[in-house]
Amino acid sequence: MSSWEDDDSAAAAAAAAAASTDVELLKRAWRNEKASPEILRFDSPLVSRVREQIQLLEETLDDFGESGVDDLVVSLYQMDLDRTLFLLRSYLRLRLQKIEKYMMHISKSEDLLSRLSQQEQRFAKSCTEMMEKHLEQSVLSKLPYGYDSVTRQSLSSTEDDMVPEPQLDTFVFCKTKSDVGAFQLDDIGEEVVDLVADDLYVLRYKSIKGLVESGQIDLI
Amino acid sequence: MAGQSDPHLSIFSPSEVEFVAEDEIVEIVPNIRMEALNMICGDFGPFFPQIASKVPLWLAVALKKRGKCTIRTPDWMTVDRLTQVLDAERESPKEFQPLPFHYIEISKLLFDHARDDISDAYLVRSLIEDIRDVRFHKVETGLETISGRTHAVKCM
Repeated sequence: MSSWEDDDSAAAAAAAAAASTDVELLKRAWRNEKASPEILRFDSPLVSRVREQIQLLEETLDDFGESGVDDLVVSLYQMDLDRTLFLLRSYLRLRLQKIEKYMMHISKSEDLLSRLSQQEQRFAKSCTEMMEKHLEQSVLSKLPYGYDSVTRQSLSSTEDDMVPEPQLDTFVFCKTKSDVGAFQLDDIGEEVVDLVADDLYVLRYKSIKGLVESGQIDLI
Repeated sequence: MAGQSDPHLSIFSPSEVEFVAEDEIVEIVPNIRMEALNMICGDFGPFFPQIASKVPLWLAVALKKRGKCTIRTPDWMTVDRLTQVLDAERESPKEFQPLPFHYIEISKLLFDHARDDISDAYLVRSLIEDIRDVRFHKVETGLETISGRTHAVKCM
């Protein structure tokens, strides 16, 4: 009985995966990335799949140019290519902006670092080094002892209070993809909301973070 | 759209919202023959004259601009349907009526590029604007209820 159910759910999952194209998935990733205050996990397989498709289409377009296919058809494919390119570029650029903004915060935590792609990790690292060097040379070296740390205001600070961090308790607009059921929004369980499929909500990002990561909810 | 410290990172610009809306599917009636298009965003066609076909809005607009098709007005964009929606929106201050998520952008694109395919275009446009005003007002009053203690607001 249980194996039959497993088959059923596996088939449903496969159908759902087939129903959404890679572009659709990338668009979702782009939207979530745009709306979430912190950096999300980088989906390397997805991005490389989209890159492959872009390359394939570019080659096809070159062939079209030589074999004299109808201009209209060529221009339509070109539009499709441009749209996909735009989406990919916008997604990557958005992530770089976020990394630049929170580089010190990201560099501190292994969990956050692991969300970046290898190139992004390199970028974050060299960016942080340059920033530290710059601050050191231009300002910090001229300040008295005790006030010369990049990350802390003074020696008396008990934590890193000069590192910009994303505001995780900001409100976000989101849309549920499936019924989540009663969902607890705070630690003590006072606020419970019933998340129904395809509904819009305004919620604190912190409370639905897990749902965004597991893909049960989309930010908009 | 989230309220963050850096608006440039988080807010979808009108052109980005339009970009997303351009992927909505509409029905066109082509007047040319064309092979199927196997695109990155999906497979469409083949197209035959006078036979309706479903394509994303951007593709429909591209064909329309070249005079290769007419775009069928979506079911919800008729005077009858929109009048019903507007009345219902006005009657129930707490609820929203079902409309496509990007109804504003879709209708704008259709008005800009396929005005001649829409019957009673003038009326449809003013109905959509009225619906938009009523809805925005509802959203604003909804958001006013957010306070420090609020954890969730349901929008629809």
